[in-house]
Amino acid sequence: MAVCVAVIAKENYPLYIRSTPTENELKFHYMVHTSLDVVDEKISAMGKALVDQRELYLGLLYPTEDYKVYGYVTNSKVKFVMVVDSSNTALRDNEIRSMFRKLHNSYTDVMCNPFYNPGDRIQSRFVSLGRAFDNMVTSMMIQVC
Amino acid sequence: MEAAAAGGGCGSGPPPLLLSEGEQQCYSELFARCAGAAGGGPGPGAPEASRVAPGTVTAAAGPVADLFRASQLPAETLHQITELCGAKRVGYFGPTQFYVALKLIAAAQSGLPVRIESIKCELPLPRFMMSKNDGEIRFGNPAELHGTKVQIPYLTTEKNSFKRMDDEDKQQETQSPTMSPLASPPSSPPHYQRVPLSHGYSKLRSSAEQMHPAPYEARQPLVQPEGSSSGGPGTKPLRHQTSLIRSFSVERELQDNSSYLDEPWRITEEQREYYVNQFRSLQPDPSSFISGSVAKNFFTKSKLSIPELSYIWELSDADCDGALTLPEFCAAFHLIVARKNGYPLPEGLPPTLQPEYLQAAFPKPKWDCQLFDSYSESLPANQQPRDLNRMEKTSVKDTADLPVPTQDVTGDDKQVLKSTVNEALPKDVSEDPATPKDSNSLKARPRSRSYSSTSIEEAMKRGEDPPTPPPRPQKTHSRASSLDLNKVFQPSVPATKSGLLPPPPALPPRPCPSQSEQVLEAELPPQLSRAPSQAAESSPSKKDVPYSQPPSKPIRRKFRPENQATENQEPSTVGSGPASAATVKPHPTVQKQSSKQKKAIQTAIRKNKEANAVLARLNSELQQQLKEVHQERIALENQLEQLRPVTVL
Repeated sequence: MAVCVAVIAKENYPLYIRSTPTENELKFHYMVHTSLDVVDEKISAMGKALVDQRELYLGLLYPTEDYKVYGYVTNSKVKFVMVVDSSNTALRDNEIRSMFRKLHNSYTDVMCNPFYNPGDRIQSRFVSLGRAFDNMVTSMMIQVC
Repeated sequence: MEAAAAGGGCGSGPPPLLLSEGEQQCYSELFARCAGAAGGGPGPGAPEASRVAPGTVTAAAGPVADLFRASQLPAETLHQITELCGAKRVGYFGPTQFYVALKLIAAAQSGLPVRIESIKCELPLPRFMMSKNDGEIRFGNPAELHGTKVQIPYLTTEKNSFKRMDDEDKQQETQSPTMSPLASPPSSPPHYQRVPLSHGYSKLRSSAEQMHPAPYEARQPLVQPEGSSSGGPGTKPLRHQTSLIRSFSVERELQDNSSYLDEPWRITEEQREYYVNQFRSLQPDPSSFISGSVAKNFFTKSKLSIPELSYIWELSDADCDGALTLPEFCAAFHLIVARKNGYPLPEGLPPTLQPEYLQAAFPKPKWDCQLFDSYSESLPANQQPRDLNRMEKTSVKDTADLPVPTQDVTGDDKQVLKSTVNEALPKDVSEDPATPKDSNSLKARPRSRSYSSTSIEEAMKRGEDPPTPPPRPQKTHSRASSLDLNKVFQPSVPATKSGLLPPPPALPPRPCPSQSEQVLEAELPPQLSRAPSQAAESSPSKKDVPYSQPPSKPIRRKFRPENQATENQEPSTVGSGPASAATVKPHPTVQKQSSKQKKAIQTAIRKNKEANAVLARLNSELQQQLKEVHQERIALENQLEQLRPVTVL
């Protein structure tokens, strides 16, 4: 369903970005990068007073003709960005929310690993951490309708 | 007992049978039914019966065929089995053949190749799906053992092919009856315990080829947990198990079977003890967690790469709470050990390393029954609250919360939990029934031996690194090295401080040191934590504090950086001022302490003063000697000057 999933750190550099290799991935990278502006906008729009009540799920950040970009921010300003295909009309908001929730859980699991330094890239080459995270993301992306 | 019993069995025969208690019961019942149902007469091939040792009962081929068919194995497998068990050769199903056949059925059902070697390992009871009609009459049964139904006879076609007889069959016969009583009777045959066997088997490998009494801990997925008469799960002492396992004969070939890959992931008893000890050194309470940072430091000492360690953590921290419970810790440790021994890390946590499995497999750690009670109770209960833990990740580390609810739960739910755990286990087991047993028996013997033999050493070695960090040079008494006060105070601390080096005595012993030693030796209450460190006068290092800490602390100290150690020990021992206070001479750090401690401190202060006095005396004496030496030197130089030939004029 998701064609691209990205985890952006608080300092706005990517911790993890992965897209289904259909086309040039650069385009997705660019989309995610531009979506960061929207994310910041939404965060700041809430105002400082609402920081505690700010909802983590940001919803649709912006739609393009081919894709829709959804955003989600954690309390530690780690952003999850998901790009889905516009043709997936069956995707409802709740599903996106649940996907983000799963992402968040997996991310938390990665965080729990004491060998993971926050700020490191979440990799899963050979034996490394993030294997479960990667698998989870794969499962999300594989369900392409 | 097993050894003695094993002596009874002959050693040379091929598939000598090892029957567990449960197996023995089951097989004998089956055999009785098969034999009884057919009137006890041998099947076709009756003439050969005369060659059989008199008194052997044989099972009729008909019911036997029923039974075999009920095992739901493919026909070829059953053919193979009947061939292998010797029934064909012998021409009938004597007890030996029958038992062998049953074992082979169990092996085949477990996924093992149907070979003689397969039965040498412990296997679950063979499962028979019996249909109601005849089945119930004949194999009616030990619902406690089988509770299954039977199908159609199949062996009727085989009847006529039974022929000759071999010596080995005779031997089998002689063996199998003798074997049966050998199975040591643990309380409950249907046990879900997979005892770690790799190590035991490695030992056995070198042992005689005797077949020893069967491993009784056959996993028996058939056994209905609820109905099982076997009662208490996991109650038999582990020692008993391990002794049995060790006596289990191990003459097997290497079998290429992917199920054997479980072998390296099985934790042996010694390994388990070692892991538990390490756990306790990090965290005295076996039922609580090791936090992530502590575990990280500990595992980093294993010198594996960080990605590997993080992967191992991912595998072992099943509930992803950032902390390791005892089974998780054992699993992680085991994975590290395996990795160090060269085994590639698995893709997923092997079933034998699952926390539930580990908990159930080691219900009664030997170290501390008291701890065990709380541990075994709290752990199964921990399984359930574990999901809650995920929710409250923040509170997970708060171990105080967990033991409380678990304690409340344990009383009521212990049995339920145990049964659920046990039930959960057979599911795991039934999925992989072969793997544990076979791993026990058949798996790469040399591999397991080298693995287990080296693993412990490796683990020990590697474990040695963490437990004994390079002995920190004791800066204490650096100036008073002549006094060798360390040696004076060391006796007060138990030998656990082996890692500590006494400072080298730089000067020959002098009368003063002996005096001071006597003085100091007179006062070595364990609470003199500050005394030696303070007596060290000049050395402010915090290492003095841990050095003289009460005995219980040093174990922990080894695993933590000294800062932590001292910080931990501070509140635990004295609860008084910071460790750095030790640097200063007796001083008023007594504010926070109880009166007892105050008195102790005061006595310590007094003694320190005395020590100070002694040292001051020593100092003055040394100064005097220095002066004398200086004077000598001056005198000598003068002489030299005078003696030097006057060259310059």
